Amino acid sequence: MAVGGTPYSSAGHRCGAAAIRIIAGLGFVFMLVPILAIVPLSFNGVSYLSYPLRGLSWQWYGAVFAPTPWMPALWNSITIGLATTVLATAVGTSAAYGLAYAAFPGTRLVAALLISPMVVPIVITALAVYLAFAQFGLVQSFAGLVLAHTVLAVPFVVITVGATLHGFDRNMVRAAASLGAGPLTAFRTVTLPLTAPGVLAGAVFAFVTSFDDVVVALFLAGPQQFTVPRRMFNALRDKLDPSIIALAVFLTLVSVLLLGTVELLRWRTDRLRNRGQNGT
Amino acid sequence: MSGAGDLIGKLRRASRRKQLTAIGLLSPALVLMLVAFVWPIVSLLTASVRAPDFAVAMPNLSAWLQTWDGRSMPDETAYKLVAEEFGAAMDAKNLAVASTRLNYEKGGLRSLAMKTGRRAKDLKPPYAEALVRVDAAWGEIETWRALKGASGVFTDRFLLQAVDLARQPDDSIGMVAPEQRVYVDRLGVTLTISIVVTLLAALIGYPMAYVMAMAGKTVGRVLFLLVLLPFWVSVLVRTAAWVVLLQKEGILNGAMLAVGLISEPKQLIFNRLGVYIAMVHVLLPFLVLPLYSVMKSIPRDHVRAAASLGAGPVSAFATVYFPQTIPGLGAGCLLVFILAIGFYITPALVGGSSDQMISGIISELALGTANWGLASALALLLLCCIAIIYPVFGRYAGATGLKLG
Repeated sequence: MAVGGTPYSSAGHRCGAAAIRIIAGLGFVFMLVPILAIVPLSFNGVSYLSYPLRGLSWQWYGAVFAPTPWMPALWNSITIGLATTVLATAVGTSAAYGLAYAAFPGTRLVAALLISPMVVPIVITALAVYLAFAQFGLVQSFAGLVLAHTVLAVPFVVITVGATLHGFDRNMVRAAASLGAGPLTAFRTVTLPLTAPGVLAGAVFAFVTSFDDVVVALFLAGPQQFTVPRRMFNALRDKLDPSIIALAVFLTLVSVLLLGTVELLRWRTDRLRNRGQNGT
Repeated sequence: MSGAGDLIGKLRRASRRKQLTAIGLLSPALVLMLVAFVWPIVSLLTASVRAPDFAVAMPNLSAWLQTWDGRSMPDETAYKLVAEEFGAAMDAKNLAVASTRLNYEKGGLRSLAMKTGRRAKDLKPPYAEALVRVDAAWGEIETWRALKGASGVFTDRFLLQAVDLARQPDDSIGMVAPEQRVYVDRLGVTLTISIVVTLLAALIGYPMAYVMAMAGKTVGRVLFLLVLLPFWVSVLVRTAAWVVLLQKEGILNGAMLAVGLISEPKQLIFNRLGVYIAMVHVLLPFLVLPLYSVMKSIPRDHVRAAASLGAGPVSAFATVYFPQTIPGLGAGCLLVFILAIGFYITPALVGGSSDQMISGIISELALGTANWGLASALALLLLCCIAIIYPVFGRYAGATGLKLG
């Protein structure tokens, strides 16, 4: 390295730094632009998916919130999503507590098993579940779809709740026990309140897993259980019309709200934890 | 002494109790996973080697075929069994599945089987001549060889077919006819797309994660949310957005025409380019997020120390900074690759017919033609690809403490 002048002021470095910033900037634009670009089009006055806009109207949102075809699909998505959330959160939270509670032979294997649905390509899971459920008449049924979605959602709950428990200070439970609390009382009054944000975040993940699923619905849903993504998949294979874009903007809004919820819960977890550690 | 022994016993009992509680808490999830995930996957994979439909429908004929040498023409016993069991299968309503199984061995045998089943009742001995009168194909040894191929409970035909191989008449294994070689090609397309998408994601994602990690607290947080938001938006919504942006009458073509960059609309979607764009968009957060969490944990003093010791920016980056980010980069790349290799929805919606990946073919075989055997064999092939990569991923992911969102 040449003597004189700090290496950080060299022209080469400035060029390199600029290049990194430009690529990164383009990357952020790339991530966001497609989502933002469609928002104005959903208010277009005419059935034309390009700029410039010709008048503004709510008509495409009207089409989304009309009695058919999207409302029954939305209702299906919500009910299936909520049922999945309840099941997956209960089962997954219990499992995460179990994994954190005591080590026993095979803990690692069990943990790997519980998150394995995340690694297996979704088409394979969907096909396998379809063939297995067909033997019990669970194909084209509400119960079958909820069960399959629960399998996909449990790993997210286990990981989210597990992460919360990982940073959880065990001494607080010991303190509760030393003050005379039984295991259940200690759980109810200490562990649960401190980990509740993590459990709620896990529940949101579970809901999103079900709410966004296309492939399992493609295999398992009958016309009576068509969810929003299932119907949207069909619609995207036909010609794109502006009501799909209005629906997409609405779904994006839902995503933003859910992301906000999870971020808020994460912030709360951190705060609760810090407060616990500071003893205030 | 006895007090200490007591204490040890008590501690052991307490720890045993804790373990039982842990197992109790885990059992609902374990039961769910075993019943609704592990068992279905295992039975799916068995379906790639087990195809008993013909053997179940025609038990005696199958038993005879298993002992037949496959070279001499069958005698009257075999023709009699055909007449009896095709008729019986017709009555038992399992002729259709048996003839589908037969059709995998040799195209056109489904209609022969159904025709034979319908007329089996009216046949009179000698059955050899009667069946040849039903269809001349009964007089050809190839038909019988196909029957023999279908007569076993287990078969390697689907596994071989998944890699464009087949049993030849002399029972050796060889390539199928050139016009039937489709699946190795699909595997190649799948791997090519996955590798290109991973490289693109790494090239764009590394600078993104770097800028995020170097930014101040607030800016870093905002950029983090910018990456996280698309991650939360449904893949279908994003695909729809790309179609609006890239289609021939779409926003990008419109803008480029308006400023005179191009004279006629370019095909930007429903081809390989569209697949790359949409897949990188979906998978980029999976690379940026683990990389960011690793970069954030690297003390800035390290690069400063290197600089103070006389390293130029490039060599400080190459020798001090970059090596420390390799676990994050590796975890991100492997995660993107593993996810990319199983992609189905995006290529199906923004790709052309030559861009369909293995997952798409599996879905098409299962939902379109109900060829479970071949769909299972391709699923097994895909899982093998992932099984090779996954252990490496597990090592990296463990090192970075991968978190969701």
